[in-house]
Amino acid sequence: MAIVTTSKKACSVNPLKMSQPIGGSFAFMGLRGAMPLLHGPQGCASFGLTLFVRHFNEAVPMQTTAMSEVATVLGGHENLEQAILNIYNRIEPEIIGINSTGVTETNGDDVEAFIRLIRQKHRQLEKLPLVYVSTPDFKDALQDGWGKTVARMIEVLVTPFDPARPRDASRVNVLPGCHLTPGDLDELRTIFEDFGLKPSFLPDLAGSLDGHIPDEFTPTTIGGIGVDEIATMGQVAWTIAIGAQMRRAAETMQVRTGAPFRLFERLCGLIPNDEFMAFLSQITGRSVPSKYRRQRGQLADAMLDAHFHIGGRKLAIGAEPDLLFDLSSSLHEMGAQVTAAVTTTNSPVLQRVRTEDVLIGDLEDLEELARTRDCDLLISHSHGRQAASRLNVPFFRVGFPMFDRLGAAHLTMVGYRGTRDLIFDIANLIITDREINHRPTPDSWRFTNSGLQVVSPRLH
Amino acid sequence: MTSLPTTIQDVFNEPGCARNASKSKVERKNGCTKQLKPGGAAGGCAFDGAKVALQPFTDVAHLVHGPIACEGNSWDNRGSVSSGSDLWRRSFTTDMSETDIVFGGEKRLYRAVKEITEKYNPQAIFVYQTCVPAMIGDDIDMVCKAASAKFGKPVIPINSPGFVGSKNLGNKLAGEALLEHVIGTGEPDYTTSYDINIIGEYNLSGELWQIKPLLDELGIRILSCISGDGKYREVAYSHRAKAAMMVCSRAMINVARKMRQRYGIPFFEGSFYGIEDTSDSLRQIARMLIESGAPAELMERTQALIAREETKAWAAIERFKPRFAGKRVVLITGGVKSWSMVAALQEAGLEIVGTSVKKSTKKDKERIKELMGQDAHMIEDMSPREIYKMLKDAKADIMLSGGKSQFVALKAAMPWLDINQERCHAYMGYVGILKLMEEIEKALYNPIWDQLRQAAPWDEFDRNLQARTAAQMHAQAPDPVRDPSRNGVRTISFSNQAEVSEGESAIAAHGPKLAEPNKPCTSSSGRCIACKDIPSDLQPPALQAAE
Repeated sequence: MAIVTTSKKACSVNPLKMSQPIGGSFAFMGLRGAMPLLHGPQGCASFGLTLFVRHFNEAVPMQTTAMSEVATVLGGHENLEQAILNIYNRIEPEIIGINSTGVTETNGDDVEAFIRLIRQKHRQLEKLPLVYVSTPDFKDALQDGWGKTVARMIEVLVTPFDPARPRDASRVNVLPGCHLTPGDLDELRTIFEDFGLKPSFLPDLAGSLDGHIPDEFTPTTIGGIGVDEIATMGQVAWTIAIGAQMRRAAETMQVRTGAPFRLFERLCGLIPNDEFMAFLSQITGRSVPSKYRRQRGQLADAMLDAHFHIGGRKLAIGAEPDLLFDLSSSLHEMGAQVTAAVTTTNSPVLQRVRTEDVLIGDLEDLEELARTRDCDLLISHSHGRQAASRLNVPFFRVGFPMFDRLGAAHLTMVGYRGTRDLIFDIANLIITDREINHRPTPDSWRFTNSGLQVVSPRLH
Repeated sequence: MTSLPTTIQDVFNEPGCARNASKSKVERKNGCTKQLKPGGAAGGCAFDGAKVALQPFTDVAHLVHGPIACEGNSWDNRGSVSSGSDLWRRSFTTDMSETDIVFGGEKRLYRAVKEITEKYNPQAIFVYQTCVPAMIGDDIDMVCKAASAKFGKPVIPINSPGFVGSKNLGNKLAGEALLEHVIGTGEPDYTTSYDINIIGEYNLSGELWQIKPLLDELGIRILSCISGDGKYREVAYSHRAKAAMMVCSRAMINVARKMRQRYGIPFFEGSFYGIEDTSDSLRQIARMLIESGAPAELMERTQALIAREETKAWAAIERFKPRFAGKRVVLITGGVKSWSMVAALQEAGLEIVGTSVKKSTKKDKERIKELMGQDAHMIEDMSPREIYKMLKDAKADIMLSGGKSQFVALKAAMPWLDINQERCHAYMGYVGILKLMEEIEKALYNPIWDQLRQAAPWDEFDRNLQARTAAQMHAQAPDPVRDPSRNGVRTISFSNQAEVSEGESAIAAHGPKLAEPNKPCTSSSGRCIACKDIPSDLQPPALQAAE
């Protein structure tokens, strides 16, 4: 049981957190033909856009209602109306996904009412799906914005389903958290298909931000799940949610359509994947394909090979709750000690992180904890790079954003295979660090006043 | 202390701005930011502009007062480099919560300043105002004043909430803050006749250091650079310079002009991109210093240095000329780079088929005409679709632009090179232009392009298969039935114009194309491209945001 505390600082230094609205826009990016729209000043969208472009190395659709100071005083109705019309007329999206920001929330814009009025006035918009989600900047964090937005998509876009009617046993809904990459989604899709299931991912970043080259230049998202498919998501036999952030969305789906759900808080590690395979086997009545039996063996072997290196390592991890929980548990299960854990927002999983305390704080906190507790591996998104270099410890990048390395979209951690690769990557990082920074010298074991030194001294 | 609206009005009424000067009185009153179009706008806000302009000051703590979005989503995103302190790369924000919105964020801001002072003890703290605290009425001027008095160090308010306007306005508001609170508040240990300021240079990828050795050799001292690799103390005493060079033509014109007005520091607008521009700029600096009292022999030394360096550079460029012969370049960038880059590229024998002038001043455009001839293809505002088409149709061989529009080129399998702030190479001066040539050559002649332009092997296989099937059916179809009006063509609703038929006549009528519309829209692409005509005046955000 970890004790969860919140930083008391007035000044956040080197933030780990990103804002809720861009988490919402992020979710809309997994829909086909979508245009995410941030209701706020243009900077809100511009910063988010830059962040996504740097992470994915892709053109990213994102628009803004461009609230000016005057528009803010007068209320955002007119700007929202113009934005929707402009986007509709010029881009013809299949859906516009709207998230509020700090400015429009402080102002108290009643966006649902605005949308009703806009629809009344402009009949041509009658059939255009408009999904609005309230996501103020000054509350919660990126993963909350994602979770709320997916739940809202379900409320607005999924057709209610009569629970008495028979369900399509070959279909499943998959509600992935924002900590899963397009690579993770592709891995999961393959697993579902190998069990003979047709999965509907909501949202499906693997269709839109996996780096494929479209035939034409498209101003909206270039793929993802279609609004038509979302509408039919009520017919499935099961909904599978991944990450605690998706509980709300899964419950919404159940209430709306009666589809039962199973929440997997983790899909990295041997035991979680055993549970996952057992579940798929159970709902399909098929035995686990031999491919996965082999992969399980490979993972087991990887764990044997890598435990020499990962075992006993003191880790400092900074990540959003679901990613923190998944990753820290897997590495804990490899014998590592999670010595410093910092996260961005509250979540029921935090208490179960296998460490003594979890701090809701920033990267300065993580750096300080890593220093005082003598951690020897730092894990966070790319913003942790400065801390890692000051601490002179190896640095493993996970999560969003990852703007200083390539291939962020394809980093895969789920499934037996993803776990295997993750373990190798981290073990290799540790081996490299030992070769570069911890070669023994004639003085490594010389007597010191501090008693017998078993481990060669750290160099920083 | 002036209010924000007054400052903005003042900034808009900038006599040093060529575009402003050419406006009528009424137009001028309306200010120079274009009205932003909801749903069709992109690019940074005023806060973004202010932060971009000042963040390269290295020994200052940059504290952003606002909710997490403003700083949390944007920090550590610029490629400026420091020769000393790395404080500027750390991020400080008050990360305002709901409670702060209700009760006001001033106390939190004050405590934040206190924490920074205690932990990092910076030379100064710059406090950036953002939209939400501006809305709820947090008075950052007052907090900064109180904190400054209490902690005995400069705490400078930068009044630039995002919603007051564009990034460019933010650059200028940042300049106003410097003029009001920093410039003229310190004195250098000594002055010389060779002291200059460089304004609007951000030392991206260390570019300033491609120039500094030249100035060092001439004995010219960069008294202050605003703001690349800058230090707070240097800005404070920058009013003692003898001359100034303004590098980015529109960002900080107000600083240069007001420093001339207040302290009599003459300035000129120049560029270090390209051989001739670099030489011109060096000569201008020497000329201005001599006019301000430096010995005349400075010019002789400058000319000698220029002659030596130019000879070296021209000789080095020779080797690229055969490689670049007949290669066409499209430039999508802003302001000064639209012409300073043109000159540089032409020097190496590249043909410029278009350059963007979206952010350029009238003067910039005149320069372009001078360089490229009267019929220069100036791209006022080209949609990504048009650019994509231009590249796809091979009307250009390479595109140079900012990071956000790169995918237009790359997805068309066209070479592309980053020339804006996120790039990782330095292109200034005589050394830089060679680096640029090298990068262009590497991009143009990379072996990937030929491979990527080849279709996947299955495309042709599929086409042949289709053709065979259609031919077979064609052969079976008796003549009279070929008239589609007499049978079986109907429209179904996969997407607007998709036609599908059960009858053979449809195949006859449409030939091998039939298989295409028959395919429902799959999720692999935004829409069924084959059967939908898309309007061409699209303005996706990716490109508008480009600068």
